[in-house]
Amino acid sequence: MTVQLKPKPFDPFRLLLQYQESRLAPGSYGATASFIGTMRDFNQGDSVKRLFLEHYPGMTERELEKIIAEARQRWAFLEALVAHRVGDIFPGEPIVLVVVWSVHRGPAFDACRYIMEALKSRAPFWKKEKLPHKERWVSNDENLQN
Amino acid sequence: MTIRVRLFASLSEQWQIDQKTIQLKEGQTVAAVWREITGESLPDSILMAVNMEYARPDTPVKAGDEVAFFPPVTGG
Repeated sequence: MTVQLKPKPFDPFRLLLQYQESRLAPGSYGATASFIGTMRDFNQGDSVKRLFLEHYPGMTERELEKIIAEARQRWAFLEALVAHRVGDIFPGEPIVLVVVWSVHRGPAFDACRYIMEALKSRAPFWKKEKLPHKERWVSNDENLQN
Repeated sequence: MTIRVRLFASLSEQWQIDQKTIQLKEGQTVAAVWREITGESLPDSILMAVNMEYARPDTPVKAGDEVAFFPPVTGG
């Protein structure tokens, strides 16, 4: 079970594969569910040039670890990986990766969804959008829908 | 007692405080910390944490605690 905060752009597919090869024995898992969130260049009808992602070092990691632990109480899975960008992010760049490995598909799908939804509502991250002529903090209501 | 206070995102900009150390009487709560730094009562919309665990306005604080205030989160 691993949480990684990424100050630089990362390739979620490469990370998934590296993690899988280093942590899971071939033949031990039958299901891998993943979610990747990627930055759009539009929001609320405006063109977005850049995103700044602020976080609370220490608490953000702790909250994500707690979320994974809760998911483990509810579903039997073998491994989980959460990676999340911080700092300046540009359109097209991945923001978040959640992967869950399990024996059968049910726990992988369910735990992946649970972790992602809990991350959106509880993990201390804040997005600030850079629009062509101004900057604005993203509101929670709008973020939960997207 | 000494308390370390941290503000994040829009709150940090609004109050021009990133982190700050304050002195407070013993036996106070998170809401009292907010009043001490802003002079106002704590709005409903704000989230708070004590020593990096989510807390409530009536959560007690003790010497050496880190108390954080932040807006609803928008990660993912």
